[in-house]
Amino acid sequence: MNENLRPSNTSNILEKSLTGIVGLDEITYGGLPKGRVSLVCGQAGSGKSILSMEFLVNGIKLKDEAGLYISFEEKEEDIKKNMYSFGWNVDQLIEDNKLLLEYFKIDKSEIEETGEYNLEGLFLRLESAINLINAKRIVIDTIENLFSGFNNEAILRSEIRRLFAWLKEKNMTAIVTGEQGTNQLSLTRNGIEEYVSDCVIHINRTFSEQLSIRRIKIIKYRGSTHGPNEYPFIINENGISVLPITSVQLEYEVSTEMITTGIPKLDNMLGGKGFYKGSAVLISGSSGIGKSTFASTFANSNCERGERVLYLGFEESKDQLIRNLKTINIDLKKHLISGQLMIQMIRPTLIGMEEHLSRIYKLVSDYIPHVVILDPISTFNSISLKRDTQSMLTRLLDFLKSKKITSIFTYFQKGDESYENTSMDISSLIDTWILLKNIEYNGERTRSLYIIKSRGMAHSNQSREFVIGKKGIELIIDVDNRIKIKAKNIYEKKRFKK
Amino acid sequence: MKKKDLKSEKDDIEKNNNEEDNEKDNEEDNEEDKDTYLLKLYVAGKTPNCLKAFANLQEICKKHLGDQYKIEVIDLLENPKLAKGDQIIAIPTLVRKLPTPIKKIIGNLADEERVLVGLDIKKSIH
Repeated sequence: MNENLRPSNTSNILEKSLTGIVGLDEITYGGLPKGRVSLVCGQAGSGKSILSMEFLVNGIKLKDEAGLYISFEEKEEDIKKNMYSFGWNVDQLIEDNKLLLEYFKIDKSEIEETGEYNLEGLFLRLESAINLINAKRIVIDTIENLFSGFNNEAILRSEIRRLFAWLKEKNMTAIVTGEQGTNQLSLTRNGIEEYVSDCVIHINRTFSEQLSIRRIKIIKYRGSTHGPNEYPFIINENGISVLPITSVQLEYEVSTEMITTGIPKLDNMLGGKGFYKGSAVLISGSSGIGKSTFASTFANSNCERGERVLYLGFEESKDQLIRNLKTINIDLKKHLISGQLMIQMIRPTLIGMEEHLSRIYKLVSDYIPHVVILDPISTFNSISLKRDTQSMLTRLLDFLKSKKITSIFTYFQKGDESYENTSMDISSLIDTWILLKNIEYNGERTRSLYIIKSRGMAHSNQSREFVIGKKGIELIIDVDNRIKIKAKNIYEKKRFKK
Repeated sequence: MKKKDLKSEKDDIEKNNNEEDNEKDNEEDNEEDKDTYLLKLYVAGKTPNCLKAFANLQEICKKHLGDQYKIEVIDLLENPKLAKGDQIIAIPTLVRKLPTPIKKIIGNLADEERVLVGLDIKKSIH
């Protein structure tokens, strides 16, 4: 947008109220409209209440704005229990008069209707609750319960309209939740979205490959631009995280510092010094070729230089990895003990992509590693659609790069898959790509290594043979050397037998 | 009253008519003894609907309950905190506190029949 077209008087610009919910403030460009009513709608169990609660709790934490939570469904005690599970200190907030939970019971079975009425009782109760804690934020969850409590829809509709106007008049930043029925044509069961003019947010939950995926979308936001897409989000023990794709920006600082691969001859092939710090490295190859060994060699050399390494494995168990590497003289155990290394093994099939992503975010934020290894990323293809995998890896890479963390991804290449297809379309994000390949020739299988690309450095175009021996990975530069190593290996084997 | 109903359900159909007659007698006796209706009418100021509700209620009570009732009018404008106890949302709301169980009727009580149903009075008049 042309800067000159922006209104010069900033007071005309719609004021927003931060939700403090990870990602939601980004896609709304600053939060919900301040002093207005926003509708959050979705099916039962989509996460409306949690979003609303977090909005209140964060309002208190970030802005010191007292919050009022009205539920038509659950008693105060139950609301509290729900909030405890996200680690919010509800009792303290209530004691400090910052948070007020109220249960408005509507039981149709004990109510008879005769003649005209209005919902003045609701207004009076809201007003006295608002005044009690001087609330600035309010959540009404879910307003549609009124429809099941009263018969006279005409009265109800006009009262709900009056309520929304009243909340606005009181300058309350409000979230009203609405439940989506089976009829997908309308956002809410009773069509209350038509009363909300300022901001409508829709959340839904679908299942793909038995994994639950939640998505959030801003349907309308009057007077403001907003993210146009459906964004995946997750609910974990910290509440809601929306993980927007930010890679379009490509705005991270780059480092010119180089770090060794842990294999001197490989460093030579990569312009002499190794990888750029904070770059993304892909190691692809077929089964058993030594991808994990490469990654671990790198991990080991980083640990020895005093850097912290986070190793995320999706196939082997921790003990198995340590045992296997010991056979080639890489001792990860001592790094584990010294705290230089953290190994996390995760079964990829147990949780969805968003959950994976958020867990990795959390691990990285807590552990603050210099290097992150994901071994192998191809596993994700088995649990999710290619599109989702790609999007997750893009965001992860983006996240790591923004934190200047060097990342190593390994990728298992199927026998029939050409390497050009390997990359799950993330190759454009990868800075250095090393391909490992088996070449069968003359009755012998030879491991060879290629550097497919390496951004910003002169790198070798040659393929190099390598062996994995007792001393780890060794690249063979010339044939004589190779014979020497082989002879040495045979000699050592024999000696070992004796 | 409720107990009587349950009892009569258990009784044989043949006896039913007699039983109902008896019940009516018993009911009248009981009312004279202890069954005072305790009614709370929640209003918010003197709006037309609230005034109507009060007038309608007085008329119905006089007609069907003799002097066996007590009406308490609660103006929530004066004391909004009282709305919470009886979970008042709509105005006007009539709450039958006694006899138990609690019953609620919302609206200006324009329809006498429905008020009687709502207060469980109708059966005794049957």
